[in-house]
Amino acid sequence: MAFINGIGIISPQRTADSTAFLSDVMEYTADYLTCIEPAYRTFIDPLQSRRMSRLMKMGIASAKLCMAESGVEMPDAIITGTGLGSVEDTEKILGEITKEERFLNPTPFIQSTYNTISSQVAIQLKCHSYNSTYVHRTFSFESCLLDGLMQLEEKSATNFLAGTIDEMTMNHLQITRRVGQWKMEPVNNLSLKDVKTPGALAGEGAAFFMMGAERSSSTYAELTDVATCYNLNGSFASAEFLPGFLAKNGLYPADIDIVLLGVNGDCSNDPIYMQFADQLFPAAAQAWFKHLCGEYHTAAGFGLYVAANILKNQVCPEVLKLSAKKPVRLKNILIYNHFRNINHSFILIRGCYE
Amino acid sequence: MPQRIFITGYGIISSIGHNSGENLSSLLQSRPGLGRIRHVDTLLKDELLVGEVSCTHDELISLAGIDAADGYSRNALLGIIAAREAFAHGGLDKHHDLKTGLISATTVGGMDRSERYYLDFLSNNSRNAYIDSYDCADSTEKIARLLGIHDFVTTISTACSSAANAIMLGARMIRSGRLDRVLAGGCESLTKFHLNGFNALKILDKEPCKPFDQHRAGINLGEGAAYLVLESESGLAVTGNTPICELAGWGNACEAFHQTASSPDGIGAYLAMNAALSMSGLEPAAIDYVNAHGTGTDNNDVSEGRALERLFSKNMPRVSSTKPFTGHTTSCAGSIEAILSVLCLEHQVIWPNLNFKEQMHELSFSPVEELLTTIPVNVVMSNSFGFGGNDTSLIFRKVNNNNDTSSPAPLLLRE
Repeated sequence: MAFINGIGIISPQRTADSTAFLSDVMEYTADYLTCIEPAYRTFIDPLQSRRMSRLMKMGIASAKLCMAESGVEMPDAIITGTGLGSVEDTEKILGEITKEERFLNPTPFIQSTYNTISSQVAIQLKCHSYNSTYVHRTFSFESCLLDGLMQLEEKSATNFLAGTIDEMTMNHLQITRRVGQWKMEPVNNLSLKDVKTPGALAGEGAAFFMMGAERSSSTYAELTDVATCYNLNGSFASAEFLPGFLAKNGLYPADIDIVLLGVNGDCSNDPIYMQFADQLFPAAAQAWFKHLCGEYHTAAGFGLYVAANILKNQVCPEVLKLSAKKPVRLKNILIYNHFRNINHSFILIRGCYE
Repeated sequence: MPQRIFITGYGIISSIGHNSGENLSSLLQSRPGLGRIRHVDTLLKDELLVGEVSCTHDELISLAGIDAADGYSRNALLGIIAAREAFAHGGLDKHHDLKTGLISATTVGGMDRSERYYLDFLSNNSRNAYIDSYDCADSTEKIARLLGIHDFVTTISTACSSAANAIMLGARMIRSGRLDRVLAGGCESLTKFHLNGFNALKILDKEPCKPFDQHRAGINLGEGAAYLVLESESGLAVTGNTPICELAGWGNACEAFHQTASSPDGIGAYLAMNAALSMSGLEPAAIDYVNAHGTGTDNNDVSEGRALERLFSKNMPRVSSTKPFTGHTTSCAGSIEAILSVLCLEHQVIWPNLNFKEQMHELSFSPVEELLTTIPVNVVMSNSFGFGGNDTSLIFRKVNNNNDTSSPAPLLLRE
């Protein structure tokens, strides 16, 4: 268990330049959703920033936004998750070495390493404490949260900075379209539910969270627990797993007020979410978020931002609602995310407003 | 009392052998695995010296025991071979009631195939099977699927300390009560991508590397895979496994200094080693041998050397780098060198730091030059440091098993 004491997030929504919670929803008709980036000079020395990749700037800026909101100056641990790291830098090198193998510029190589953001944040803060990076598809962010929760349990930390960063490029979109991951044509994000074709709407984002063992004046909610389930040859059944996971945290399915689903517009994947919510949580309201940020390996970071804000503000904006059911109270939210029915993950968040 | 963590199995493939027996034999005979690049299509082929696994892609497929091979990167194949050996050694095929996890580490992922087929990725559908095997999770999931591990699966990437962090996470997962046993380690294949990347950073030695030598000139890159079986004390009661040794301490710290360079005083290295030592409850004098990160770069060896001097001062243990044997296997170095450290406890030996001639002017100590076989080895420290200053140190301790006659296992001096 940990308290979410600060959030910094750069996304395709106005999350970096405004503290209002989804008051001005961005509508796009696009191949993929792109982040609205802030003016970086507030966060990074322009001299340094010129050499940094876009992903690195997004990571550092969202980490700094998060730190500022939490009031914590030095975290006890920095842990990040990224599915693909810096796609742009990797493509730069691939482009170079497939043409001409010589005189490679080392900067993209250095920045293409997956732990670049977690170590850059540490360098900027001069933070010598525990530092690690997870790179396992939709388990990346969840593994990072689990690591942090264990740091608190072990009493090796009183807080940890948890971050997610992933980016999309047109080039990478075109490559991964070949394996059926994405929609083949531009779609409108706010009518994503009605498209009913295979493939998701791609997106990207950077989100950092300051998690503390203690509540603070900036607390959003409590991160109660997190679980990753690897579906080995179809052996995983959420109906078998969930009751035990909830019970471990003192909850029954009826206690869940909102199930926040990773529905991404892919007609071959979305039924798994709907079946899950209808069967296991018939009383809960259903909500979604990927039409606002797009699909990427660490999209659960945007999901956690959404859930934390619902609980803090005690309001579930209309744009998030998947079902007509109105939650009677806003206390417990379960985020459920899966990738290809192989990587299933659950994040449990509890309001602490009383 | 927190659970003690024991090592009950391991598996390794590297340039000095395709399994742990072959690796041991090469080490005992001071036979390094460095040579010219044969399996990567690169202009650097005749220029660099590397620690390459001798097998072709097809030979690896057959060693890995795979039928349908489309979509397998070299990285995944190396991983499967080492993971299978560890899995069998630790008896992970039995006791399915125990909660078992797989924590793997890599940075190159499926890059060896991606760089080969990148132009196809961009223009046609002929290599689609390799698009999904590009990322870091792919090799981990292939290993998990083949071995039937599902209670916990994840992948770590902290550059050259990745596999050490995988071992550390495994130990913490067991100690927290979330898992009973863990297959932890990493895999990393040579690629044109990072051969060129390191070459552009001008930190590769074209001759066999000379860690801790005054005239050291850089790294020889290497490849391989290595996994250890970590088991809880209570798990041992179920499996009846005899522990090979104990993982007595671990520490992770960040240099927070520079993206690729180490600080001159080795603050990150010192903090990581000190954390591991204090967790083990041991005095500095109890460490018999340090398997150093020792890359052979100008920068690392000064930084690590100074950190060692600060931590151990008058009690400097024997130190060597085994990278002149295997090459620097980057993300996999942490688990390869963890196994090499475990072998020291098992066989009561200390590995030599090959190619050493002249003590560094900045340091007050020299590394071990010859294979040592007559010294008691009870505690070994293994260091792994990475780009971004991600530094991790592990401590392995000999255990006195009840049925142990306290004589070390005989040396297997095989040809």
